[in-house]
Amino acid sequence: MSSSPTILEMRSITKEFPGVKALSNVSLTVRAGEIHAICGENGAGKSTLMKVLSGVYPFGTYEGDIVFQGSEVRFRDIRSSEQTGIVIIHQELALIPELSITENIFLGNEPGRGGVIDWKDAKKRAIELLARVGLKDDPDSLIKNIGVGKQQLVEIAKALNKSVKLLILDEPTAALNENDSQHLLDLIRGLKSKGIASIMISHKLNEIEQVADSITIIRDGRSIETLNVKEDGVNEDRIIRGMVGRDLESRFPEHTPKIGEVFFEVRNWTVQHPLISDRLVCKDESLFVRRGEIVGIAGLMGAGRTELAMSIFGRSYGTYVSGTIIKDGKEIVLKNAGDAIDHGLAYVSEDRKVLGLNLLDDIKRSTVSAKLKKISKRDVVDEVKEYEISDAYRKSLRIKTPTVNEGVGKLSGGNQQKVVLAKWMFTDPDLLILDEPTRGIDVGAKFEIYGIIQKLADEGKGVIVISSELPELLGISDRIYTVFEGAITNDIPAAEADPETLMKSMTSAKKKVLS
Amino acid sequence: MTQITEAPKKSGGIRDLGKMFGSGSGAKQLGILGALVVIIIIFQVWTGGLTLTPGNLIALVSQYSYILILAIGMVMVIIAGHIDLSVGSVAAFSGIVVASLMQNFNVPWPVAIVLGLVVGALIGAWQGFWVAYVGVPAFIVTLAGMLIFRGGNQFIGNANSVAVPKEFQFIGAGYLPEVGPDTGYNNLTLLLGLVVIVAIVWREFSARRTQAEMGSDMAPLWVSLVKIAGLVIVTGYATYLFSSGRVGTSFPISGIILGVLVLLYSFVTRNTIFGRHIYAVGGNSHAAELSGVNSRRVNFFVMMNMSVLASLAGMIFVARSTASGPQDGLNWELDAIAAVFIGGAAVAGGVGTVTGSIIGGLVMAVLNNGLQLVGVPSDRVQIIKGLVLLAAVAIDVWNKSQGRPSITGFLTRKRTGGALTTETPPVPRVQDDTNALEPTVGASETNRPSSVTPNN
Repeated sequence: MSSSPTILEMRSITKEFPGVKALSNVSLTVRAGEIHAICGENGAGKSTLMKVLSGVYPFGTYEGDIVFQGSEVRFRDIRSSEQTGIVIIHQELALIPELSITENIFLGNEPGRGGVIDWKDAKKRAIELLARVGLKDDPDSLIKNIGVGKQQLVEIAKALNKSVKLLILDEPTAALNENDSQHLLDLIRGLKSKGIASIMISHKLNEIEQVADSITIIRDGRSIETLNVKEDGVNEDRIIRGMVGRDLESRFPEHTPKIGEVFFEVRNWTVQHPLISDRLVCKDESLFVRRGEIVGIAGLMGAGRTELAMSIFGRSYGTYVSGTIIKDGKEIVLKNAGDAIDHGLAYVSEDRKVLGLNLLDDIKRSTVSAKLKKISKRDVVDEVKEYEISDAYRKSLRIKTPTVNEGVGKLSGGNQQKVVLAKWMFTDPDLLILDEPTRGIDVGAKFEIYGIIQKLADEGKGVIVISSELPELLGISDRIYTVFEGAITNDIPAAEADPETLMKSMTSAKKKVLS
Repeated sequence: MTQITEAPKKSGGIRDLGKMFGSGSGAKQLGILGALVVIIIIFQVWTGGLTLTPGNLIALVSQYSYILILAIGMVMVIIAGHIDLSVGSVAAFSGIVVASLMQNFNVPWPVAIVLGLVVGALIGAWQGFWVAYVGVPAFIVTLAGMLIFRGGNQFIGNANSVAVPKEFQFIGAGYLPEVGPDTGYNNLTLLLGLVVIVAIVWREFSARRTQAEMGSDMAPLWVSLVKIAGLVIVTGYATYLFSSGRVGTSFPISGIILGVLVLLYSFVTRNTIFGRHIYAVGGNSHAAELSGVNSRRVNFFVMMNMSVLASLAGMIFVARSTASGPQDGLNWELDAIAAVFIGGAAVAGGVGTVTGSIIGGLVMAVLNNGLQLVGVPSDRVQIIKGLVLLAAVAIDVWNKSQGRPSITGFLTRKRTGGALTTETPPVPRVQDDTNALEPTVGASETNRPSSVTPNN
């Protein structure tokens, strides 16, 4: 094996949340001066592991040992891990947009005496640090005025200021374009040559293949294997095999699809980012759905799945640029969510607490909230009907609650999701778009929700399911689209798809796959 | 998968009393209503019986009806997640406009009232435009409005008072007239009391019928009867007091206007689509928009409605004080806002009821009135009112953090210990969700997920 000494060893880390074992006996060994990638599907436990390492989850809330530079460490918080030389850079950057580069670099670590900051010194040091990461910007520029790529570099400069020995990067290139990504990867390699080790979490397997020295694969909260890139001759396929491979048996109800004609089509759909006008979140995407068909959309986080769904659903995301929607042979224009509902679309959002439900409301009011007109006469809501309808859904979807008068905030995740489903079933949709319908839900409830989805399809509705879990998509869908960086890269019947082919289309542009 | 064996709901005995005002928001009002009763009894004793006399009660209603009218509009604004600081100035502005129209242009008083409401609607449209369509926070818009319309009042009236004609004063200083045989009481007030009693009985039984239809958990009959008996006694006693006042006085006209508005707006907020949309927007505006709610329209109309009610309150005040002056409506916004929060509304929006706010307003009114009756100087009255507001909301906040439903939970805590309420975890507030995807960029066209201003 490699001769360089071990800098970090995490031994048998187990971390439990109420009801869920997020990490189970995970081990990780990082050698001095290497770039170590951690790969796994969304929800496999990568971020949890990094939060344990960086002290976000303090010592005592997990089981297992962390040995850093030969001695056992017990972090109380992020501050204590930083003092030891472990710095984490989160996917969502921790910079304050209204402050300058200098102010951000020294935030919480200000040079000076007696609470008075020595700005002259700070600025001098900021310029040095910026030079080390290859940034030539004025240290007085405000963070909001520099691009995301440069912000990422400022984060690294901030880490260097804390005399970092081990840098953790969570999806560092997710928000960056090709050029900025390349620059960042070069920088990480430069740091390596100066003896700074890095742990990198990324979904972009080509980048990992390019820069990583070794790779640890995590699946379902367990560390599966650690690969040495050079010695083991690792390529993307090899990583994907490690990331997926699990049995799909009996996690899905038996189902024979009854697929009809194409009734819903989206053509050349192009949408701009709401704030950054030169960034397209949907690039000329086209798709169609047949009656009775369950269509999956596979893509990694940030690939533009949610953006696609929400922009179709009454332009609820981004700025519409071009494209048409055709339903039952006629072009329809949906300018807001109300239009979309009136035309028989339903969107079950990815985040039920933020976008799906009013947590202050009770079950019966939530159930009818997306189409109050249906149970109203002259704008007056019929409360008896409201009760009867929501109670019927309570029974048919088996929402576990004593009565529908309970607040939705008190329900478990699975039951909240059923209320959201009821809410959209009540609107009598022809097309349901389900964005991560089983996120944060236990296995039993998942099975029930799959059953509901299949039943809706059997009623002749079209269903689009967006999911980060490939086994789920393969188990539930009849056909799967893959999305990569805002473009549809493949359209595969589920029977012919397997996790490897999907993952390939999800991590690279069209031309590679189809060549 | 099939067991729904949550702790079986304990029922029977005293716990059924909790169902007297229904579940959920109805139960919430029980606590504050209890507080009102306690305060009334305290002052009745402290003032040696002066609180519940015909004269004092009549004065109380005509003195506070306009604040309570403001509270109706304010609770809707606060449920939607906004605030309106301009109501006092708007009331003063409409008051002076109406007074000047009648004084200087001889506009007949009914026309003047309509014009006053139109002025309110225009002001409300102006403020609603900035709040709903431009996205300026209501705090700022109405702070500006507070200055603008206070100045407007003094500009139009040259910082002087403008008297209003006798007929107009009816809406603020008038009483139900004497009609029919001389019974020693005001006959119309007696009739009004009778109508209210019949309505109470009818409502309770129709509510029971609805509950039976829905097959929902219903309180036993004796609870309904106790409730009816209690309400009938209170109404009957109030009717007796109001009708036996000094000759020429009886139930105030402004009180009747208030009563009609309370009924109307309770219905609107509870039972109409628009009412539901106000709660939806205030509770979670993103979820509301994705459910097809036009949140801008809701915000616009809520702000507009507030100014219309403020104008009405201003006119009633002017009518009562026989002239419109430059200091009218000073600090009214604070009384209205206090009433709403004592009545159980949430600062973050999404929670509150019209009835709760009215009871909250009455708590403040009785407190004010009682303290004056026992001769507490006004400086100390203010201190006490401030402390009461703080205490009421603090109890509410504390209860929420304990996962209990507001003041009721506090009052019934000991008795229901171990019952269903204590087992439920605190309701997570949407506002506290640090994982929120939203970049909260005001009202800019459309932008939903994925943070674009990434700072934590």
